[in-house]
Amino acid sequence: MALNPNFIGRTYPSSEPYLVGREKIREFASATCDFNPAYHDIAAAQGLGYRDLVAPPTFAFTVVFASSRLVVMDPDLGLDYTKVVHGEESFVYSRPVVAGDELVVTNTIENIRAAAGNDMITVKSSVSTTSGELVVVTTMVIVARGTDSQ
Amino acid sequence: MTTNLKYADVEVGTKLPALSVPIQRLNLIKYAGASGDFNIIHWNERFATSVGLPNVIAHGMFTMASAIRVVTDWAGDPGSVIEYGVRFTRPVPVPDDGVGALLEISGEVTELLDAHRVRVTLTVSSAGQTVLGKAQAVVQLA
Repeated sequence: MALNPNFIGRTYPSSEPYLVGREKIREFASATCDFNPAYHDIAAAQGLGYRDLVAPPTFAFTVVFASSRLVVMDPDLGLDYTKVVHGEESFVYSRPVVAGDELVVTNTIENIRAAAGNDMITVKSSVSTTSGELVVVTTMVIVARGTDSQ
Repeated sequence: MTTNLKYADVEVGTKLPALSVPIQRLNLIKYAGASGDFNIIHWNERFATSVGLPNVIAHGMFTMASAIRVVTDWAGDPGSVIEYGVRFTRPVPVPDDGVGALLEISGEVTELLDAHRVRVTLTVSSAGQTVLGKAQAVVQLA
């Protein structure tokens, strides 16, 4: 495989804090035509027991995506970003993301393997508040196409 | 977490209300801005076709975000979603032809779990072909 297998288990430093804003939640939900009141109406979110607007389930990926560039752009890893596609994505929540959360992400390369001529890399990302409360763990599989032939 | 859906009221085979989501280029532009994913294949047809794609394709995460609406619309409280995962098995081309693409999303309870949780399996297709694999969510009910 083209990727360096010694990177399995490598953990990258925590990202800079990401402050989750109300308008970003509304923008994200509107972009997916999702008008669930919990994403738009503070009173509705509070009626469900939340401090502020709730973010849609996949919103956390936008926070992880920004931080994962540290991994995918790591020149020592050897990933050709122009050949990368998203293979799998999953979320395991401790609680939903809420407006006002200040989130930091820690990325770990969980696995690198070759399959059908492609390299597949699994990145696990722990998303926590700056005060250390775990919010969600995401797992992303990215596929680098056709690296065996190089 | 305050969904009104009761664990006692669902069983394996319970179907969630289905959803159709039309996608036009404007949706992808908005999603690019909202998510920060400006990959050119999601908005530039010239580039997308030059790398062998049939057309501009939807962000996989746009499709993933759309699919879970079947669960969050059903449960009401988005915090009911405890786990959610998918495989991206086929791209969704979004032509600039005034029609775009259509996602057809359905969901069904496929397993009863402990602690009033259920597993929901989602079926997501476009143009008659499944576009997400192993699309499943674990949902906390009352």
